[in-house]
Amino acid sequence: MQNMTGAKALMTAMEKEGVKQVFGLPGGANLPMYDEFARCNIRHILARHEQSAAHMADGFGRVSRKPGVCFATSGPGATNILTGIATAQADSAPMVAVTGQVPVGMIGKDAFQESDIIGMANPVVKYAFQPRTAKEIPEVVKKGFFIAETGRPGPVLIDIPKDVQTNEAEMIFQDEFKIQGYHPWADPDIVNVEKAIDMLLYAKKPIILAGGGTIISSAFAELQAVAETLMLPVVTTFKGKGAFPETHPLSLGPIGMHGHAEANKMMTEADCVLAIGTRFSDRSVGTFEAFEKRLKIIHMDVDPAEIGKNQTAQIAVIGDVRVNLRVMVKLLLQKAIKKTDESPWVRHVKETKAYWKENLKLHPGEMGAAKVLRKLRELLPAESIVTTEVGQHQMWASLFYDVIQPGTFFSSTGLGTMGWGFPAAIGAKVAKPDVPVVDIAGDGSFSMTENSLATAVLEDIPVIVFILNNSSLGMVAQWQRTFYNRRMIGVDQKGCPDYVKLAESYGAQGIRAQSIAELDSAIKTALGNNVATVIDIPIDPEEDVLPFVAPGTSLEDMILPS
Amino acid sequence: MWAILSLLVENKPGILFKVTHLFRSRNFNIDSISVGVTENPDYSKMTITTLGDKRQIDQIVKQLDKMIDTVKVEHLDEHKTVYRELSLFKIRLSNANDSMEINKLANAYGAKVHDVKKDSIMIELTAAPAQIKAFKELVRPFGILDIARTGVAALQRSKA
Repeated sequence: MQNMTGAKALMTAMEKEGVKQVFGLPGGANLPMYDEFARCNIRHILARHEQSAAHMADGFGRVSRKPGVCFATSGPGATNILTGIATAQADSAPMVAVTGQVPVGMIGKDAFQESDIIGMANPVVKYAFQPRTAKEIPEVVKKGFFIAETGRPGPVLIDIPKDVQTNEAEMIFQDEFKIQGYHPWADPDIVNVEKAIDMLLYAKKPIILAGGGTIISSAFAELQAVAETLMLPVVTTFKGKGAFPETHPLSLGPIGMHGHAEANKMMTEADCVLAIGTRFSDRSVGTFEAFEKRLKIIHMDVDPAEIGKNQTAQIAVIGDVRVNLRVMVKLLLQKAIKKTDESPWVRHVKETKAYWKENLKLHPGEMGAAKVLRKLRELLPAESIVTTEVGQHQMWASLFYDVIQPGTFFSSTGLGTMGWGFPAAIGAKVAKPDVPVVDIAGDGSFSMTENSLATAVLEDIPVIVFILNNSSLGMVAQWQRTFYNRRMIGVDQKGCPDYVKLAESYGAQGIRAQSIAELDSAIKTALGNNVATVIDIPIDPEEDVLPFVAPGTSLEDMILPS
Repeated sequence: MWAILSLLVENKPGILFKVTHLFRSRNFNIDSISVGVTENPDYSKMTITTLGDKRQIDQIVKQLDKMIDTVKVEHLDEHKTVYRELSLFKIRLSNANDSMEINKLANAYGAKVHDVKKDSIMIELTAAPAQIKAFKELVRPFGILDIARTGVAALQRSKA
């Protein structure tokens, strides 16, 4: 037992959780916590906006699979991190956000910089705490980290009134604690896994749909073993992109609104799907009714509430997908099941894949999105981490940037938060400083958090920003071209700002690449740089992302390049 | 279908807010809700009646169960459950006979009569919601001045 302030207890408890850095911004209501940075071994990384601090923590969390931590002050600081918290919640990313709050006695009095952040954040957090006495803090931190990283991960908010930070108490740091209503672990479900194997063996056209849960649980080896043993073609959701090496012969890539043509085609032809860690989002499956009648669904998920939420499954396997895939691998081995022959289905899948590789029409220009992203892929080492912003560039990355090493591709897929990619890349680089980290960006999204360049430069976190610059809010422009008879409203960015000069003004390197040769040299320069680098790549503002499944339609109704 | 859900929750501030918020954000309906502390002051029991098809009710139960503050969530089988709601009716008295007529109805439903005034009478009826609805229809012709209802409280019958 030690006597200390709430702020000191917070930092001590976080050190015990293994926290090495905090992304954040100080303000009036969290100054006592900030003062503790002078006396502890946790590094503070200053963001220039609380939303970016949250995205940095998110990027760190997704890559390290440990909660990233962000700090913000009360009131506007707290409301600013809400978008970051909601983003982490939508994508099940582990995060602990700590906000300052006005003193307990001032709560509810509309004090300066007071906001009811607990009330506001409730729908977008996995859990929220507001300790009202200093002595609660060690247990709150312990529980907060546990909740954030176990089961289906998510963001936890800890809102600490200023007097709770400054008050002293006898602090007890215990490893033991109990959360009665929280059961993140389920036993391996052998019975249903066996049923699933039978169903997959019986099916004529089985397929695997790997979702983000496969990446969160790092079930890469298990997924590959199941796919190879049963000769199952693998499609992924966009969030599951890279759960399976996209260079593998059985890989078809992501399905969805901007899925790969071959993936969407095969998904609609399959008669049985092993769906792993996915919630069947509208962006992934479109309207499912068109083909679900002939499709048997095996649904594996850690979250029981996902079973039957968007899709009814014939077989449900609840629990950590890695644990249950391991059971599947083991059972297949025991039963000596190993498919070697290529069924007519697998042959058909491979032919379809080859057809689309040859026949998908690409933009004819030198700086078409496919050519630009394939150049990036060619030059990036396999272990490099890629994040994206949100928009056309994101979907082009999904189409044309093949993930070689599983778990190296991250994007804001659920909430679709523009501005996520760059700060998330900074967080990712902090988690894995030894691998190149690239934010595949569009000019519209990058504008939203571009001031994180200050963080990248001053904190010596050399990430690469790869801007496919069409000088517009490209995805919105594409919808206006497609659905609103080319009435272009509010989408033209008019080449403002100049991203090379912008980068230089922050002390980063800015390079403009107007040909593939220039791009080649720019990427090589960036990879060798020890400072953040922005590569600005002007592209054709008229280029659409295709294929395109219009919202509210089925994957069968893909719009293809004409 | 109409469903009775029984929730055992931690007795902490803000839980009622979270439960009702969940219903709103997931587009579910609350038909009635009642909350009270249990024999153990660490817990409260919430009884929620709701409407939806089977899939929706399953989802509601799963989403409530996922909440960290809920210790136990049960979808009660109404045939194996005692469920009652307390309702107070203020009914207009227009004719000399009204009071007697209403008294008769109240007797038939096992309701209690409170506060008889010259122009109105107050009735307390504790019953299943369907009976309360039936009673309401019967007294409607007299003129219902006001109704207050508590929402359903429910307990499962013991097995033996």
